[in-house]
Amino acid sequence: MNIQVNGRRIQLNEHEITIGELLESYNVTKRISVVEHNKEIIKKEEYEQTKITNGDTLEIVHFVGGG
Amino acid sequence: MLEIGNKTFRSRLMLGTGKYPSFDMQKRAVEVSETEILTFAVRRMDIFDEEEPNLLEELDLQKYSLLPNTAGAKTAEEAVRIARLAHASGLCNMIKVEVIGCDKTLLPDPFETMKASVQLLEEGFTVLTYTSDDVVLAKRLEEEGVHAIMPGASPIGSGQGIVNPMNLEFIIEQSSIPVIVDAGIGSPKDAAYAMELGADGILLNTAVSSAGHPVKMAEAMKLGVKAGRLSYEAGRIPKKIYASKSSPEIGMIK
Repeated sequence: MNIQVNGRRIQLNEHEITIGELLESYNVTKRISVVEHNKEIIKKEEYEQTKITNGDTLEIVHFVGGG
Repeated sequence: MLEIGNKTFRSRLMLGTGKYPSFDMQKRAVEVSETEILTFAVRRMDIFDEEEPNLLEELDLQKYSLLPNTAGAKTAEEAVRIARLAHASGLCNMIKVEVIGCDKTLLPDPFETMKASVQLLEEGFTVLTYTSDDVVLAKRLEEEGVHAIMPGASPIGSGQGIVNPMNLEFIIEQSSIPVIVDAGIGSPKDAAYAMELGADGILLNTAVSSAGHPVKMAEAMKLGVKAGRLSYEAGRIPKKIYASKSSPEIGMIK
C-alpha cells in the first residue's frame, strides 16, 4: 500500500499496519512526538488499535527550536 | 512573581529556542538565563534521522514550562491545528498564538489572531497572544479572556528594540493581564527599557541566539530584565529640563 508520511509518499509491503507498528519501524517511539492520522490527532493509547490503510495521510510532528 | 493562567514564575525572561550556533551553546545559554519558560515550534519530524538532536528531550521538564508557538500559521485554522498537536504531546497547556499576516514584516494578522485566540480559549488552553502594539486590539484580546498579551517591540528578529514606547505604555497601563514584550528586542538595554515601562516579562530569541556570544548575552539579558523590573518597582525620578544640585548649599567653605 501507499501512504503519505510527512508529505512523502511511502510504499509498504503490508496491506494494513497500526500506527504503533509504523512508529516502531522508524524508531520513533522513544522520541517525543505527536501523530495526526488523516487530520485527526491520535492519542498514544490508541496507537496499537489505529490501523493505517492504503491512501492514508500521516503527520508525525515534534517540537523544534523556535521563538 | 509572574502569574500566567494558573502558573507562577520567578523569572520574567522567556527564551526562544531557535537559531543557536550549536546545541551545546544553546543548553548553556538557557541555563545561564535562568529562564523558566521556553518556546518551541511544532514541525514535521525527520523520521529518517534518528540522531537528530532535540533540546526538548534533554531538558528537565520539571524545571521548565513549555510554550509552543503556532509559528508558520497564516490562518486561525492552521494555528488551532498546530496548538492541538502541541497539546497532544501531553507536555503543556500554554500556547503562544502567532498568526503571521505579512511575510516581509512578519507582523501578525489581527483578525486571524483574534479568531484563533478565541477558539483556543474555548478549548481550555492557556493563551498567550502575540500581537502588534495596537492598543485597542490588546484590549479586545484581554476582553476575550486571553491569559497574557504579547505585543511586539518591533518586527521579529529585527533587533530594532522598542520603536513605539508610547503604545507599549498604553497597553501596559490599560492591561490587567500580564504584558510580555515579544519580538524585536536587540540588546539588554531594550529589555530593561521595556521592563521599566512596566512590562511583566520579555520573550526573546534572536537577540541571544545570534549574538556574538550567546551564553554571555543570555546572562546580560537576564540582568537587563532584572534591572528594568527593579527600576520599575523602585520608581524612577521624573525628568526635568534644568539641573538640580545633588550636594547641599549650606556649609559651603568660604
